[in-house]
Amino acid sequence: MNAWFTQHRAALVAAFRRLWAAPLNTLLSLLVIGIALTLPAFGYVALDNLRDLGRNATGVQQISLFMNLDASKKDVGEIENRLRAAANGKWRFVPKEEALKRMQSSEGMAEIVASLPRNPLPDAFIVEPTNTEPEALEILRKEIAGWPKVAHVQLDSAWVKRFDAFLRLGKLALWMLAGLFAAGLVAVTFNTIRLQVMAQSAEIEVARMIGATDGFIRRPFYYFGALQGALGGLLAALLVLGALRLLAGPVGELATLYGGAYSLKLPGFAAIAALAGIGALLGWLGAQLSVSLSLRKFD
Amino acid sequence: MIEASNLTKRYPGGFEAVKDVSFRIDAGQMVLITGHSGAGKTTLVKLISTIERPTSGSLVVNGQNLAALGRHAIPHVRRHFGLVFQDQKLLFDRNALDNVLLPLEIAGLPRREAIRRAQAALDKVGLLAREKARPIALSGGEQQRLAIARAVVNRPTILIADEPTGNLDAESGTAILDIFADFHRVGVTVVVATHDQSWIERYHPNVLRLDHGRVAA
Repeated sequence: MNAWFTQHRAALVAAFRRLWAAPLNTLLSLLVIGIALTLPAFGYVALDNLRDLGRNATGVQQISLFMNLDASKKDVGEIENRLRAAANGKWRFVPKEEALKRMQSSEGMAEIVASLPRNPLPDAFIVEPTNTEPEALEILRKEIAGWPKVAHVQLDSAWVKRFDAFLRLGKLALWMLAGLFAAGLVAVTFNTIRLQVMAQSAEIEVARMIGATDGFIRRPFYYFGALQGALGGLLAALLVLGALRLLAGPVGELATLYGGAYSLKLPGFAAIAALAGIGALLGWLGAQLSVSLSLRKFD
Repeated sequence: MIEASNLTKRYPGGFEAVKDVSFRIDAGQMVLITGHSGAGKTTLVKLISTIERPTSGSLVVNGQNLAALGRHAIPHVRRHFGLVFQDQKLLFDRNALDNVLLPLEIAGLPRREAIRRAQAALDKVGLLAREKARPIALSGGEQQRLAIARAVVNRPTILIADEPTGNLDAESGTAILDIFADFHRVGVTVVVATHDQSWIERYHPNVLRLDHGRVAA
């Protein structure tokens, strides 16, 4: 166990030394890996923010419930009870009198409303469910439509569905992009390690002759690949954070112009650690492939 | 103890470098493998040190049949040998101390203990004062002594050398011979492939003479 720990520590130190020994090469490799990881990472953060923006946009996930004109207070109470039981979220009752007042206050509507013999508007409810998935909203809409004295239920499902489809398309494109860049990262590490194996062929040959196991020879390369990938991941996280900080101001201004408030969601510690972890995993994979192929000539 | 029975090594293409060789070397013996160039000395040394695998026959070293060893067991067996090559196979991007440290790193010794043992090995071959020197800065004799220090640092039971004095002048060669004799005196089994007859005159070792891959009478 002690020997195992000593060898792993030595391999890690050797990997750090190799990174440090050629600073320019290391910097260039880290830049390539960092940029390769930045694009999908930024795409992920952008989609995450768009999803949030879509969910928080006023009116997007609201269901409007219109009662029959002859609905009584008892009927309204019944709907309130049912909403309390069914809708996991917020809802608000809009009496027909309030709706009429709002209509009157709209520009050019006062005279028209005044000429009406009676209030033509029904009592209504505005429901804002917690689960805003398009499917869940549609199910709730259908359920509400079946309740007594409900004349009409309105959900802007087309908009929600379009937005959701757009997000799904973006997610798919992001996965494809991430796959491509992941392959690129593996290839970069593969080539770096291949060159290292070539440069250290004498050491590998001697080490094998005097009793080095495959693990002993491979380990420093694995650590190097993983370390390079992890550092590339951290660099990507820094680039994404920098870009988001630059965009935060303009996005906030844009949201204000549309009458809302929105601040970009920045990746947290877990997301940054995940990015470094993904980089390490891909670097390790590149090293594994490269070492397996490059060491064949020593068998 | 090393015991070979009907040992044969045939290379791809059909050339038989070692043919039906049988011999026995007891623990603590000093044995010279001699013969003309191409007699099979180097191949026999490579077979004993597991660098080559026999085509047929058996080769038992310290109770283990090397011919039947699995691939993963070979590195562990090699650690019991100290190997010295004619071309030394030193690492020129490491200094003398780091060259000697390599077998100890492979064995997973703690760094401090490894340095202590490597320095002791360098001291034994008279190179402690040059521990920071790169091999390129050492003479041929010093390089060979450095190779011996690396070979013995792991305290092997068997020291195997292939033409260790082949590239050296007479004086340096004698110094190397003396170092091997010192290890033999403390109980290490020493097997040396050489065509240098001065070994025989100086130390009267057991001799295994090869001729065209076979043990000569």
